[in-house]
Amino acid sequence: MSVALAAMLAKIGLWVAVLLAVTPVMAWVERRGSAMIQDRLGPNRVGPLGLLQALADAVKFLFKEDLTPSAADKPLYYLAPALAVVPALTTFVVLPFGPEIEVGGETVKLLVADVESGVLLFLALASLGVYTLVLAGYSSNNKYSLLGSVRAAAQMISYELALTLSVVAALVPVGSFRLDEVVLYQVEGTWLGFLPHWNVFPQFLGFLIFLVAAFAETNRLPFDLPEAESELVAGYHTEYSSMKFALFFMGEYMAMATLSALAATLFFGGWHFPGIDYTGHWAIVALKGFSVLFAKVAAFMLLFVWVRWTFPRFRFDQLLRLGWKVLLPLAILNLVVIAALTIGGVL
Amino acid sequence: MANYLPILVFILVAVLFLAASLIAARLLRDAGMGRTNREPYECGNEPETLALDHRFSIRYYLIAVLFVIFDVETVFLFPWAVMFDQLALFGFIEMMIFIAILVVGYIYVWKRGALNWA
Amino acid sequence: MPTATIPAPPLLDSLPEGSVEVVEGLDQPTWIVRRDALAQVARQLRDDPETQFDLLLDLCGVDYPDRDERFEAVYHLYSLPRAARLRLKVPVLEDDPVLPSLIDVWTAADWFEREAWDMFGLRFEGHPNLRRILTHEAFQGHPLRKDYDPARRWILTEDKIYKPNPQPTGSESVDDMFERMTINIGPSHPAMHGTFRVVATLDGEVIVASEVEIGYLHRCFEKMAETHTWQQVIPYTDRLNYCSSFINNVAYCRTVEKLMGIEAPPRAVWAQMILSEFSRIMDHCVCNGSTLVDTGALTNFWYMFQPREEIYGLLEACCGARLTVSACRIGGLLEDLPPDFEARCRHLLETVPEFIDDVDKVVTKNRIWLDRSVGVAAISAEEAVDHGWTGPCLRASGVDYDVRRAYPYDLYGEVDFEVPVFQGGDVFDRYRMRMEEIHQSLSIIRQLLDRGMPDGPYIVDDPHVALPPKEDAYNQMEAMIYHFKLIMDGIQVPPGELYHMVEGANGELGFYVISDGSGKPYRIKVRPPCFPIMASFSHLMQGGTISDAIATLGGLNIIAGELER
Repeated sequence: MSVALAAMLAKIGLWVAVLLAVTPVMAWVERRGSAMIQDRLGPNRVGPLGLLQALADAVKFLFKEDLTPSAADKPLYYLAPALAVVPALTTFVVLPFGPEIEVGGETVKLLVADVESGVLLFLALASLGVYTLVLAGYSSNNKYSLLGSVRAAAQMISYELALTLSVVAALVPVGSFRLDEVVLYQVEGTWLGFLPHWNVFPQFLGFLIFLVAAFAETNRLPFDLPEAESELVAGYHTEYSSMKFALFFMGEYMAMATLSALAATLFFGGWHFPGIDYTGHWAIVALKGFSVLFAKVAAFMLLFVWVRWTFPRFRFDQLLRLGWKVLLPLAILNLVVIAALTIGGVL
Repeated sequence: MANYLPILVFILVAVLFLAASLIAARLLRDAGMGRTNREPYECGNEPETLALDHRFSIRYYLIAVLFVIFDVETVFLFPWAVMFDQLALFGFIEMMIFIAILVVGYIYVWKRGALNWA
Repeated sequence: MPTATIPAPPLLDSLPEGSVEVVEGLDQPTWIVRRDALAQVARQLRDDPETQFDLLLDLCGVDYPDRDERFEAVYHLYSLPRAARLRLKVPVLEDDPVLPSLIDVWTAADWFEREAWDMFGLRFEGHPNLRRILTHEAFQGHPLRKDYDPARRWILTEDKIYKPNPQPTGSESVDDMFERMTINIGPSHPAMHGTFRVVATLDGEVIVASEVEIGYLHRCFEKMAETHTWQQVIPYTDRLNYCSSFINNVAYCRTVEKLMGIEAPPRAVWAQMILSEFSRIMDHCVCNGSTLVDTGALTNFWYMFQPREEIYGLLEACCGARLTVSACRIGGLLEDLPPDFEARCRHLLETVPEFIDDVDKVVTKNRIWLDRSVGVAAISAEEAVDHGWTGPCLRASGVDYDVRRAYPYDLYGEVDFEVPVFQGGDVFDRYRMRMEEIHQSLSIIRQLLDRGMPDGPYIVDDPHVALPPKEDAYNQMEAMIYHFKLIMDGIQVPPGELYHMVEGANGELGFYVISDGSGKPYRIKVRPPCFPIMASFSHLMQGGTISDAIATLGGLNIIAGELER
């Protein structure tokens, strides 16, 4: 087996393992985290510190009665949870988690698919998520689900504009769709002589827009309107149970991980951290790169949890107002300013 | 094109995982309770009408149409952003004019109240 | 206590002779009005500058099978500008139980009239929607009539059930209709705290029309009360507003004590006030907590429930129960206070504000919460009064009416507290009102504690009212006989009728009791504060979104146990 093939399989294996682990780990973090915020204990019975709770939940999901509503549009009803997981898993193919390394005399890039389209592919796959919600709500033929799904559609497309524009702005100084080049741009040099050369410093506004839009895209509080359990019962997945429901659950956390990783890569230097030496044995380098990226993603995920348990929820019209009347003009402004700064040689 | 092969493998793995979990659930799950359990949930009432008997409110379409308009515009921004260095000042001015046209449309839409919900 | 000065009937000179007969009630002036004159009397009482009875507090039926005119509709009125009360009684014949509907005079009459129809078969002519409200459509007969056998059973099916289909008034194109969706919110819905159902017709997210259906938790408390002795009713009162069951106990016991002409000893009154105020705090915590959780701010729910948990600890120490306490007895308390009562109260005074302040910090200035609540479901003072609102919701609309201030019962005249009033009448002001009232309640408790616990008995020393100590009941002949008589025959309440009210956690909680001297209540009518509030929910929600409806419902503090009794 050639080194390239082995490396590819190893990288795929790594990401799949990490992503499948995201849901159980995050479910635990979320529950213990919310318990900490809310002055209670959280799950602490299954395994040490309740760590195996997610495993017990998975088993429970497997044994649960699987209901298909008689009025449902069956093919779409089955397709929706599948769409929740597959694209969210696949987005990670273009994400670099370390510098180029030398293995057995061959250069290996620490990303699964080294493709020209990079970010575009990432965004394309991530935006497939809206189909999950729309199809789930539509096919259930339930009024609450339908309301949830039209909300979801309107919300996700509204914030997608701001999200995309902030990503475009981040790409302007780099000049490439490849995320590994986006990282390399941020590795070299410093801002003002002491700040790492991360995009977040010149593009703080862009980062904020991206962050807010990311919350909306992942349907997390304060933007959890498609689900809004106190209003729409469970929103688009009201009629889902058993493993199909679990897939939505997984999809949500994977989408969070996806956008956290994109935020870390576009604005916080991806696998790079100042002061860490990325030379030496390839395995150590890969491990360092992965760990740094992982830490950054974890920090974002914790932010997601923290925000969820702090804020109330928007109302639909307020959500659209924020998306269309605040974030969109800000995103356009941000793009213009960044382009002007770049042309002026500042960036 | 070979670079895209890993993506295919990745999707394959994802689909395999999906199939495995759904099949496992199907083998293990409870048999189910019958007709009333499969009625659409409407807070315990028998639904008078089904969700898809209705058209959705036109307001949702409006958002979708606006999205299509603006999203197509942003598609043009991507290649410009990547070729920014080569296009230099000409490209910058060109794109500022493009964005200005976009903003005019945006202001028009705002003034017409299309961005107001309810 | 402000004296009620009601101008004599000259006001009604234009009416035929004998239309209105004035009698002195035990508690408030009572007019016996002939039904033909009712509409005119009511309108004049509301509009005349000398009377201004703008608030219809309660409307109920009473059945006297032995009288010529078997049924009586009883209206309790209150005049906010004059602080006066008035009871109207309208007798009607069994064969012709028809009265004019007063829905044009007081909108609050809407659901009350439906209830009187449901329970007594009184027909209110001119009521637009005189359907059963608390019982099922397939139910037959009128359960509160004296000749209704409580043991009868009906098969209730869904065939005859009323199917609400609210539609907005006005001309509309067919296309508009087709885009609408009618959706059931409740009874089994996460935000319906209790079991009731709102049928809403939506245009997108906007509610264009809605209808409220209640009755899912109706237990016919008032019928049960008629077959039990006066003491045995106490546990039922727990289940009215179960978030602050202690206040219900106090309200009921005070009413009966007043009717009997006895007074609870100072120690009992002192403790009852403290525990009532703590119960009010709990109730407000539940209400604000659930309002916030309905708008997605789940964390505050826990912060709000923590003080409630600790207050339950105090109640448990006092009577052994937590939720449904039954801690009061007619004439005093169930048992003496625990020795560490004051220490526990002091401890609560320190811990409760911490949690409340935490919520205050997290939410009160949060922009999202402000956007969700300011101006949402706002109601003007006039409208709120017209709909029969009382309590925090009314005060949030700018009407300064609190029973504790207007009719200071117990020691409320002697403690210093403020009645907060806000002007907005929206979800946010209702939330702020409750936060502010929690602080006022804490201040009342602190003052009471500073006065010191009065010595003396915890229940009246009257063997006809209070059970003898267990020790005596076992060892003394006399005490045993009293014990036996009280348990078997109950307290003997002299004949009479009386309406007494306290400030419940969500408004004026009134008990209208009639005794015929038989040892059991002849009629007990609760004036549930959330009943008229819930009745105006459709009106509030007109034009709001589904999210507004959910946010509003929490803040109105609708407690199904009290709503449907």
